[in-house]
Amino acid sequence: MTQVDVAHVSKVHLSVKGEPLLALHDVSFQVEKNEFFSIVGPSGCGKTSLLNLLAGFEQPTRGELRVGGELITQPGWERAVVFQEYALFPWYTVMENVRYGLRRKRLPAAEQTRLVDHYIRLVGLGGFETRYPRELSGGMRQRVSIARALAVNPSILLMDEPFASLDIQTREYMQDELLKIWQRERQTVIFVTHSIDEAIKLADRVAIMTPRPGRFEEIKVVEFDRPRDPTNPAMVRLAAEVKRWLRQQVFESEPAAQGESQDSARV
Amino acid sequence: MTAAVPPRGTARRGGAATPQATAELAASMVPPAPPRWRRILAQLSRLWLLAAFIVVWELVSTFGQRINPQLDVMLPPPTAVFSAAQDLMARGVLVTHITDSLRRVLVAVAAAAVLGVPLGLAMGWFAGFRAVVDPVLEFVRPIPPLAWIPLSILWFGIGDMQIQYIIFLAAFFPVVLNSMAGARDVDSYLVRAGLSLGARPRDLFFTVVLPGALPNIFTGLRVALGIGWMALVAGELVAAPSGLGYLINNARTVFRSDYILLGMVLIGVLGLVLDYLMRQFVRLVMPWHKGQ
Repeated sequence: MTQVDVAHVSKVHLSVKGEPLLALHDVSFQVEKNEFFSIVGPSGCGKTSLLNLLAGFEQPTRGELRVGGELITQPGWERAVVFQEYALFPWYTVMENVRYGLRRKRLPAAEQTRLVDHYIRLVGLGGFETRYPRELSGGMRQRVSIARALAVNPSILLMDEPFASLDIQTREYMQDELLKIWQRERQTVIFVTHSIDEAIKLADRVAIMTPRPGRFEEIKVVEFDRPRDPTNPAMVRLAAEVKRWLRQQVFESEPAAQGESQDSARV
Repeated sequence: MTAAVPPRGTARRGGAATPQATAELAASMVPPAPPRWRRILAQLSRLWLLAAFIVVWELVSTFGQRINPQLDVMLPPPTAVFSAAQDLMARGVLVTHITDSLRRVLVAVAAAAVLGVPLGLAMGWFAGFRAVVDPVLEFVRPIPPLAWIPLSILWFGIGDMQIQYIIFLAAFFPVVLNSMAGARDVDSYLVRAGLSLGARPRDLFFTVVLPGALPNIFTGLRVALGIGWMALVAGELVAAPSGLGYLINNARTVFRSDYILLGMVLIGVLGLVLDYLMRQFVRLVMPWHKGQ
């Protein structure tokens, strides 16, 4: 069953000087229910722009995006977002952060407490309920953020480079944890990353984007059984192939494309 | 190279530590908190520089009088200021001066907060509203509160209302501008996080914008309190039946510089105490915030 339907979406941003920039050009794809779909590409390829459109933070210039058949017009809990920089509310404790969306949904208090408890345990943060975010490590903060997004029971979970600011050990651990949670909770996930290895390790399908203008070049199906071993020669070969191809597309054809540090969407 | 002996420091500590066990372990490593009187003593000992300042003042003033007798009037020593305080206490007017001034400052700053915080937050949050209100605000802001004194006397007569109006004018702008900056600077990621978790605009205001702006709001209030005392003295210097500014101005006409210094010292002490109380309040309201 198709859960997410993106049809011929283009997005024009205005630069600081007011020049129109084509951040996305004619992007189309579908995501099945319960699928783990990953979008990879180098910085500035428009993947964050695409995620902002899916979240409803911005509107497409052309085309349309649908979730469960309904047009995306504004942000909402059906499309909960996990941000790279966690975006936890510093003035709320772990518990209150996870409860945030449940309160907005006006669930009965007992139900809220049960769900908060369940998701805090799910991400392994039992005992830290009354801590403030600034008292937690980066990995723990991101787990709170994931618990907060899962707790509202969204129809899709949007993840914007969620592990990019974690150290490599924590990142690998969090990837494994996310897969466990995903297999247990059966969420539809759209996972944006600049890491091809990460995308191949996690996703059912990997969409590869190239920049200027941001567009989908190819969608690869990753058929390896989970849990996946990143040292499996077939997977290493797949990753190397994608990396080589992407390098040719992005850097060797367009030398001017280097040296950019931010996604165009952050401008 | 015989049996596999794990290198030093790599041995696993038995069992997975639960958060509770870790917390207990941490608690066992921390020395017990010192008794209350030790903590109070430690806090008081930070006042040594202030104490040294008073001692130096006393010495300069008393020994200086042997060189220059005029110093008796130009700079009375702290002991003279203290006896001036006893003097005024005995006549029963000192407490009235203090409470009148304190009440005027608190009423005026409270009014500035009640009107200024909502206005500043609204200006920070709604760009359209800001665009309309900003020119009016920036037109009134450069006019010194003291310039309002003649008109305010015409409007309110001489008394509390007129002085409070002057203090209010001085305190209002730092409150508005800081609240506005607070609301504008709220992290856009937090706003987006709120929206994507189903927050409505009303929810966003109370759960994201207001708490996000609180540190700036309190900065504005602390600045306003400080400026409030300045405006108070100016207001009471010109026209007032009582208060510390009145005390200073009245003493000037009869050359009682010990009373003048007493008024100055009392304003300093009150400002210090109010700022201390304010910071305690901030710690209570924002436990998540790093120390002020």
